[in-house]
Amino acid sequence: MGLLEIKNLHANIGDKEILKGVNLTINPGEVHAIMGPNGSGKSTLSAVLTGNPTYTVTEGSVMFNGKNLLEMAPEDRAREGMFLSFQYPVEIPGVSMVNFIRTAVNEKRKYQGQPALSATEFLKMMRERKDLVELDNKLANRSVNEGFSGGEKKRNEIFQMAMLEPKLSILDETDSGLDIDALRIVAKGVNHLRNSENASIVITHYQRLLDYIVPDVVHVLYKGRIVKTEGRELVAELEEKGYDWIKREQGDL
Amino acid sequence: MSVEQPYIDIYNQMADKVKAQSSAPLNALRDDAINALAERGFPTKKWEDFQRSDMRERYATNYGMNLTQFNIDFNPYKTFKCDIQAIKSHLFFVVNDVFYSNDQKALDEIAALQKQGIVAGSLRQVAKTHPELVAKYYGKAAKWDVDTTVAFNTAFAQDGFFIYVPKQVQTDFPIQIINVMNGDLDMMATSRNLVVVEEGAKLQLLVCGHTSKKYNYLCNRVTEVFVGQYGTLEMYKLEDTEASMTNIGSLFIEQQADSNVMVNEITLKNGFTRNNINVELLGEHAELNLCGMAIGDGDKHIDNHTFVNHAVGHCKTNELYKYILNEESVGSFDGKILVNKGSQKTEAYQSNRNIVVTPTAKMYTKPHLEIYADDVKCSHGATVGQLDKEALFYMQSRGIPEAEARMLLMVAFANDVIENIKIEALRTRMHMLVERRFRGETLVCNSCTDHCTK
Ligand SMILES: Nc1ncnc2c1ncn2[C@@H]1O[C@H](COP(=O)(O)OP(=O)(O)O)[C@@H](O)[C@H]1O
Ligand SMILES: [Mg+2]
Repeated sequence: MGLLEIKNLHANIGDKEILKGVNLTINPGEVHAIMGPNGSGKSTLSAVLTGNPTYTVTEGSVMFNGKNLLEMAPEDRAREGMFLSFQYPVEIPGVSMVNFIRTAVNEKRKYQGQPALSATEFLKMMRERKDLVELDNKLANRSVNEGFSGGEKKRNEIFQMAMLEPKLSILDETDSGLDIDALRIVAKGVNHLRNSENASIVITHYQRLLDYIVPDVVHVLYKGRIVKTEGRELVAELEEKGYDWIKREQGDL
Repeated sequence: MSVEQPYIDIYNQMADKVKAQSSAPLNALRDDAINALAERGFPTKKWEDFQRSDMRERYATNYGMNLTQFNIDFNPYKTFKCDIQAIKSHLFFVVNDVFYSNDQKALDEIAALQKQGIVAGSLRQVAKTHPELVAKYYGKAAKWDVDTTVAFNTAFAQDGFFIYVPKQVQTDFPIQIINVMNGDLDMMATSRNLVVVEEGAKLQLLVCGHTSKKYNYLCNRVTEVFVGQYGTLEMYKLEDTEASMTNIGSLFIEQQADSNVMVNEITLKNGFTRNNINVELLGEHAELNLCGMAIGDGDKHIDNHTFVNHAVGHCKTNELYKYILNEESVGSFDGKILVNKGSQKTEAYQSNRNIVVTPTAKMYTKPHLEIYADDVKCSHGATVGQLDKEALFYMQSRGIPEAEARMLLMVAFANDVIENIKIEALRTRMHMLVERRFRGETLVCNSCTDHCTK
């Protein structure tokens, strides 16, 4: 059984249908890339999977770890092991990074029946994971994402991922707005956390990130549907030819 | 019969006795005050400054008045024992409307302050021992023309706290006054406080309001504050009372040139609260920092009314009030800063930010600046919003339950008012109290809280 099984998923924002029947199965240990032109519904898919209340699911099913994902509150999905690296991480003035991440880590432990981490254990874990993504020490004492540069925000997402050790990570355009150095750091972090038990969905426009995080399967999402699924060689083909040939295949050009 | 009449009748019967117990500086204004009340009545919502709080309605309940000032059998120094170490301070209590000096600790604190040249203690006592000092200030700042609850107070008040910090003197520790309501019946307290900080002197003052029983209480406390040139006052006010409490507080401050005053007013838990702050900036380069926060739930009512008069130029006011309203609570902020003609180089900033958590809670805000000078820097504004939905989802997506995420956002919103507190121990404590408050936990056993369980 797959870690994630999406069947015929339809979702709306307001009256507008954005996802129009998505089918996708992801097994433990796999990395899937989802590519596709702007506005095709990639962020919508990640928002629906994490339970963002802005979107309504109108049809279809999603099983995660053998459980009905769509019935779960966003926080339970997270505690079951779902993680989204946001395309646009949210600033939370007045809530310190330390307090935020400690609360998140301990809530997850509570859910799994483990005791809260001691202050020493927590700080040790935080130090390790912070070093992994080369996140500046002083950021830990600031408010969540407030005053962080674009690159710092993205590295902070991967830091949180490292702290929460999810089963499924969705990286939504984590590469956008990153210079090569930051990209390398992010990829290093992701690869470090990769193992045979967990899986990732990497959403991106470009080949660059996929040079570092090599996918097993590549999908093209277009107009709310997955219209193509191939091996990693599809990345190079898309890089070379763009999306016009896909649009043409779909009868749109 | 009007709401006022029974009080006027009581005054007519009891005035002689009250005056005999009291002394000249306090008695001088009583008759004028009761006449003003008789003439104008209590403020109603038709009064410009009382659009959200009807004082006549509050006074319509038949409360007992303790005009003979008998002492209730209650020693706050014993009940509040564990609080004493919390924040190192000179601790005093006003029980209902009587300054509590029946415990040796109160006398020791008075003596310790006296050694530093400071006169502190019961207003009733000091008016007898230092009549000229009290007469010089009493009733000089508190005005009742736009607020007859002040007239009521002036007619009936007999006691409260008095603090006099002479020129260039600075207390070793903050002075803490705990106003506590205690009594096995519905009851009214009318107390009067006077604080004088002379030229170059400095005072940190904590004033807390508590109820130790759940009867219906009404208290009307008027505080007059005079800060001389280069004088500094930090005043921290905290209310933590029961839902059955009506709290009417009026604070009148007069600031001379180069003085610096900070008022930080936190309504943590209350019933029906009306706070009135009136500040006169009378000398150039005076600075005022006025900030407040209110947390409402249930059917709590929190009305803050502030008036700052820039009588002269080159002064600065910084005002920030924040409200977080849950359930059916009602908040009101009505703040006015007046910059007079000729008060050039004034800086005045006023801001009121509010979060209305539930659709049934209500916030009324009326920030305003009235400016008659042309060379000034001023701004004012208000916002009423909800908790940031994106931030909530972001936290939930990390596994933080919605209720906890809401709590973190509310605490974060309150943070900058608390960060203004300059006494570290108080700031830490306040962070904790506010968090407990949002978690719906009881505030037991912290400095300034209800009953002591230890
Ligand atoms: N808040 C919103 N309100 C209305 N339409 C939206 C909203 N967010 C996204 N959309 C629309 O949904 C479609 C898919 O958007 P999105 O999922 O962000 O695409 P992608 O991530 O693939 O670029 C687009 O047509 C976009 O305009
Ligand atoms: Mg997107």
